[in-house]
Amino acid sequence: MLTDSDDIRAQVQGLASLAGLAVAPAAVDAIGRDLADVLALFEALNEAPIEGIEPMAHPLSSGLRLRDDVVIEGPSREALQAPAPAVQDGYFLVPRVID
Amino acid sequence: MNASVEPDGRAVPADPSAPHTLSLHEQAAALAAGTLSGVELVQHALARIERLDPALNSVLCTDPERALARAADADAARARGEAGALCGLPLVHKDIFCTSGLPTTCGSRMLAGYRSPITATAVARLEAAGAITLGKANMDEFAMGSSGENSAFGATGNPWRAGTVPGGSSSGSAALIAARLAPLATATDTGGSIRQPAAFCGVTGIKPTYGRVSRYGMIAFASSFDQGGVIATTAQDCALALGAMAGLDANDATSSDADVPDWAAALGDPADGATRLDGLRIGVPEAFFGDGLDETVAVRVREALSTLAGLGATLVPVELPNQRFGIPAYYVIAPAEASSNLSRFDGVRFGHRCDDAVDLQDLYTRSRAEGFGAEVQRRILIGTHVLSAGYYDACYLRAQRVRRLIADDFERAFGSVDVIAGPTAPGVAFARGANSGDPVAMYLNDLYTVAANLCGLPAMSLPCGFAHGMPVGLQLIGRAFDEGTLLRTAHRYQQESDWHRWMPTGAILPDTSRART
Repeated sequence: MLTDSDDIRAQVQGLASLAGLAVAPAAVDAIGRDLADVLALFEALNEAPIEGIEPMAHPLSSGLRLRDDVVIEGPSREALQAPAPAVQDGYFLVPRVID
Repeated sequence: MNASVEPDGRAVPADPSAPHTLSLHEQAAALAAGTLSGVELVQHALARIERLDPALNSVLCTDPERALARAADADAARARGEAGALCGLPLVHKDIFCTSGLPTTCGSRMLAGYRSPITATAVARLEAAGAITLGKANMDEFAMGSSGENSAFGATGNPWRAGTVPGGSSSGSAALIAARLAPLATATDTGGSIRQPAAFCGVTGIKPTYGRVSRYGMIAFASSFDQGGVIATTAQDCALALGAMAGLDANDATSSDADVPDWAAALGDPADGATRLDGLRIGVPEAFFGDGLDETVAVRVREALSTLAGLGATLVPVELPNQRFGIPAYYVIAPAEASSNLSRFDGVRFGHRCDDAVDLQDLYTRSRAEGFGAEVQRRILIGTHVLSAGYYDACYLRAQRVRRLIADDFERAFGSVDVIAGPTAPGVAFARGANSGDPVAMYLNDLYTVAANLCGLPAMSLPCGFAHGMPVGLQLIGRAFDEGTLLRTAHRYQQESDWHRWMPTGAILPDTSRART
């Protein structure tokens, strides 16, 4: 858990890459220190008596409810595209990123 | 801090000539009696926001024209005898709720300028009941924060003392209620974001049971914790507003189909003897009074418990043996869910897009780095870490097992008590900047609040006095779907005390209690 200080820079860069975040090289050390502090907090969980306890993913015990399989009206295409920076003929226009 | 510092404020009686001194309920009564109109209430609230909010930064935007037009419509509806429960009453929405007529930023640069094509169900229901939306309230970015300092649009102040934080993440909602800029604000609570700022600002807030209020149109942080609620000055006001918001919504598969009681009516009338709490068993966990709790805060909370006992309630010691695992379990699971939810903000599907991307990866990673603030990025990194191969079992699944241990503790405790009480936060509002370089110290603000979110239980905070000159909150936690007992307990306390009537009257709010703006 980010405890090997030699490794922290590489781990922060690896995590940032997985998380889809660009991290400025100058910020890596500070981010690593803060993350190490937070992850150290989690070590207390090792003392919890979890033997035989099922993981709880959600507070609702009843499970998800399905709706009827019928067509419903959502917002119109115009309304959904209104916040987009650019649209054309009903398509979202995005910057060219592949040549 | 000096425990003997006096609060810079006083208990202000209801004065119909100064509508902001009236609670939501009292404003509703004035509208029904015809002594005030919806237009007058909205004008008064908008004028107070314009005059007083520059010192607080609790409100991000208003739409006076729309609000006044809707207030006029509400007054006309009332004249026709068609007034809904909240007809003509002004409110402000936390900026996490999508509103098709107003910007929705979630406190983030990522969503600066965003206008949602939809309106959140909670907002739509309050408006259908006649409430008038004044504008949107500031908040910690993506609801991540306990101080109101993490908004991309500037920190919010605490009206009780310049330079102190209002708590978070519903920082604007709590601060604007404390300053009496409006009688009601919506808020959300993922780990304490309604209760902790309500405590820090001396106001009343309720996080209902997970599933009570639809999450449709409420921007997601941690989907198995997030729950909408309200902040107001009294429990009676919370009951009235929650009644309009709650209930099954086809647009949220996790919204509950449990019956929505008439919570406001169930509070009863003191004239009929509805003043006591005889038979109520209040659990007091010593785990809520251990290391880390400010001594003066503890004194105020124990005084409040004595008041409840004086009303006929029985105080019962209860054990919550896994309480100390709440913070680590929460700060594993909530960031894990956040890292997943926030992956949609990539500069293409949603949110800010960087300029001059050289390739797709550059576009994604730079857009996200520019759009998200430091705390949001930290939580995304934590969440990514605990979900990554090698840590998933050891960290994430372990935290989920601990989550069940904590839920089992509460279930056991609720076998012998009806409500669990303790402090909302371990201390009072701190100075701006005091914890901003120490994420762990900031997270410990949520020491007593995360358990209710881990378990999906309803919980509220109500003012119970002052420590170091700043408000103290009493927290009540209830059984799932038993908001009624929480609201009744809080209301009886407020019938017996006047802490909810205390208003800040110091430098940050010049002669606020006497002014007729």
